[in-house]
Amino acid sequence: MTTFQLNGQSVSVEVAADTPLLWVLRDHLQLTGTKFGCGAGLCGACTVLIDGQAGRSCTLPVVEIEGRSVTTIEGLGGDHPVQQAWVEGSVAQCGYCQTGQILGVVSLLGQNPHPDDAAIKTALSGNICRCGAYQDIIRAVHVAAGRMPPQAAEHDKEETV
Amino acid sequence: MKLSRRGFLIGAGLVGGGLVIGFRLKGSAPVPGVREGSFQPNAYLQITPDDNVIFQMARAEMGQGVYHGMTTIIAEELDIDPARVEVELAGVHPGFALAMGQLTGGSMSVAMGWEPLRNAGALARALLVAAAASRWGVDRDRVETEDGVVSNRNTGEKLRYGDLVEDARAMDPDVDFVLKDPADFRWIGREAPRIDGYLKSTGKAIFGMDVSLPGLKTAVVLRPPQFGGQVRSWNADTVRELPGVIQAFEIHTGIAIVADSYWEARQAAGNTHVEWDKGPLAGLDSEKIRKELLQGLEAPEPHEVVDEGDTATAFAGARQLLDAVYMAPFLPHSTMEPQNATALVRGESCEMWVPSQAPDMTRAVVAFFTGLRQEAITIHSTLLGGGFGRRGYVDFAGEAAVIAQKIPDVPIKVIWSREDDMQHDYYRPASCHGIKGALDADGRLVAWEHRVVSSSIFKGLAPNMAMTALPAFVPSRMAESIGRSAGDLIDQWDPMTSEGAHIPYAVPNIKVSQVLSEQGIPVGFWRSVGNSHTAFVAESFMDEMAHAALADPVKFRRTYLTDKPRHLAVLNLAVEKSGWGNAPPGRYQGVAVHECFRSFVAMVVEVTVSGSDYAVERVVAAVDCGLAVNPNIVRAQVESSIVYGLTAAIKDPITIEDGAVRQSNFHDAPVLRINEAPRMEVYIVDSVEAPTGIGEPGLPPLAPALANALFAATGQRLRELPLRLA
Repeated sequence: MTTFQLNGQSVSVEVAADTPLLWVLRDHLQLTGTKFGCGAGLCGACTVLIDGQAGRSCTLPVVEIEGRSVTTIEGLGGDHPVQQAWVEGSVAQCGYCQTGQILGVVSLLGQNPHPDDAAIKTALSGNICRCGAYQDIIRAVHVAAGRMPPQAAEHDKEETV
Repeated sequence: MKLSRRGFLIGAGLVGGGLVIGFRLKGSAPVPGVREGSFQPNAYLQITPDDNVIFQMARAEMGQGVYHGMTTIIAEELDIDPARVEVELAGVHPGFALAMGQLTGGSMSVAMGWEPLRNAGALARALLVAAAASRWGVDRDRVETEDGVVSNRNTGEKLRYGDLVEDARAMDPDVDFVLKDPADFRWIGREAPRIDGYLKSTGKAIFGMDVSLPGLKTAVVLRPPQFGGQVRSWNADTVRELPGVIQAFEIHTGIAIVADSYWEARQAAGNTHVEWDKGPLAGLDSEKIRKELLQGLEAPEPHEVVDEGDTATAFAGARQLLDAVYMAPFLPHSTMEPQNATALVRGESCEMWVPSQAPDMTRAVVAFFTGLRQEAITIHSTLLGGGFGRRGYVDFAGEAAVIAQKIPDVPIKVIWSREDDMQHDYYRPASCHGIKGALDADGRLVAWEHRVVSSSIFKGLAPNMAMTALPAFVPSRMAESIGRSAGDLIDQWDPMTSEGAHIPYAVPNIKVSQVLSEQGIPVGFWRSVGNSHTAFVAESFMDEMAHAALADPVKFRRTYLTDKPRHLAVLNLAVEKSGWGNAPPGRYQGVAVHECFRSFVAMVVEVTVSGSDYAVERVVAAVDCGLAVNPNIVRAQVESSIVYGLTAAIKDPITIEDGAVRQSNFHDAPVLRINEAPRMEVYIVDSVEAPTGIGEPGLPPLAPALANALFAATGQRLRELPLRLA
């Protein structure tokens, strides 16, 4: 049995200890916003926040998150400034990678509230978008950064400590 | 324009093929997804008494934006904000067929949907107006609409569309209707956030991978590494005892392992030990394929695709001849969502949830593999996590159905791993091109010959096409074999791989020929299809000819485009916006222009070079796709095509070793990442022409413009993709 905080709630799952967090979320907790892309930590589609930091859930055995805090796209609520910027900027094309991209950005803005293009590119270089929405992603990150309430950014920062 | 519903046929031609399909808007079978009590003037639209407007979107949304674009078109004529329309992904019905049945491909959705969707929206609006006029006892011209509200000009009374559903249902549907004057468009041609943006930014979007049903089990399939390989033996008894495994058995593509969850199925697959028969392709490798393709250049009787003037005489009298060989490799699609499908078989019927570019073909293929009747198969469409042509093939749906048939009453989802996806694709065919050009004594381009050697896309697709297009009373085994024979008959010509080779330039003598060379590697549509290689060759070689004529590549092209205003306009726009000829110090430019699926795109690519490394710094694109229904989506699609095209132009391709694909995941078949993406600028030509496609036409000019820029920088003419400097 593994117990962890998921989107603010305590959950316990009884699965093989080596089951990746991704499949625990998708198959056992029915949270399908976190995507399977490569199964090898190469594409970032499965990105979630672990204690506020972006991480790859497809290669992370669930046993390793015992007692930790996980945020998935479902936990952002839908009107998070990053999500708003994504919707307004029509960033998503097919959209499959975008939940992972968004969580990557939330993680980045938690550490660096006003990233420049280079910092954005570095932070998101592990998140493949096969539709190539990269330029719209960068544009939307700047929009979101300008709208993040300072306290929210601080809050995320505290979570990472 | 005044139209009556009586003659309301959707007629559509298969681009370049001549096959014409026409269907009554309402087919004989009921349209799927219809609500009780709703007003349903045609297959696409329903309005419910509680004022919901529901649009059955019958094309695959795979990122290219038809969800937003087609909704914009129908909503414009219905006169309601597209953001208020509830979009449903449609199932299979003849009323939804546009061109090539319900296949989403060839960048045709908006182009082919433009008229029928406008008509459908306008007809519904006309019926609502008529219903209101009748209720108010006024002439129809005293009734107007605005954003979902009907109002009485005499009294100022207002009704919502939903209020009129009962009345509209009782109306004679044969009313005259008028299309909006484009000058009155409120939503078409304007920038607006995509209406699927919220779903796709919140995890609420349901892709095939996300389909969830009570009691669902997951299956993975172990397929032979070699194409055409077979299972010889495996440790079935052991596998069936592994944790979570429900069943494990052989199917037509390999060994299926069904388990409670994906991870258990995948773990069991890892513990399945199979001895494979390598099949007929054992020993085949990329080097051998390359030699066979090169031999095609010498084949004595190619199929002549274009034969204008007399190239032989022109070459004989030329002052200068250029002769070159170009190569392009196999490429995977690498959709972000690996292939998957869900099936539930109950008795003699089957229900499926499939992220497919061709729901009607899915149904036909499932009928073929299960022996079930097509009418007993229901297809639910989901969103697609990328398509790019891969999902015009539905092998994964056949697997799901066959597995589900062996475990009746249990929903089965087949999930491919990334490795499965990379190694069992229908690849962009590898090709080899022989190309020749001649300048006369005045330095004018007078002759052009291009021979395309590749395997055939059509041949592999023909059985599926036959099964889909032939009437349901033809047994699917027979249809399959008819298709196979048709594919074999056309043994030299494949319009899909040679498309785009007919240059637009006013050259008096042009010959395009084709030789098919089959190696047994599955090939298929890959974003922009034949154009993805023919444009690379033709536009690179046009640059070679310009340099041979000691002319500026832009001026040289303009000389031969005087009767091609749309090519010329995009070329000129890209040249102007890029500052052609005035690149900053250390930067070098290359240009290309190409027509693909009736849209025109020119690009100027700017590079920097350091030794044998290079970086793409900036890409300026100018595009004419007729009226841009959603300008922001047009821009996004061109950027998308640039990024997709860059991966193809600079990253490692698929190679074959011992009859199998060597690459397996993004580490050895890399795709362009955000830190590698150039600055992109997209300019749209203002147009009142009917819209044409934009999902693919942005791709073909990228590789040649880049190759031409690298030549400008280094003097090295790179004739093989991916582009590698010495």
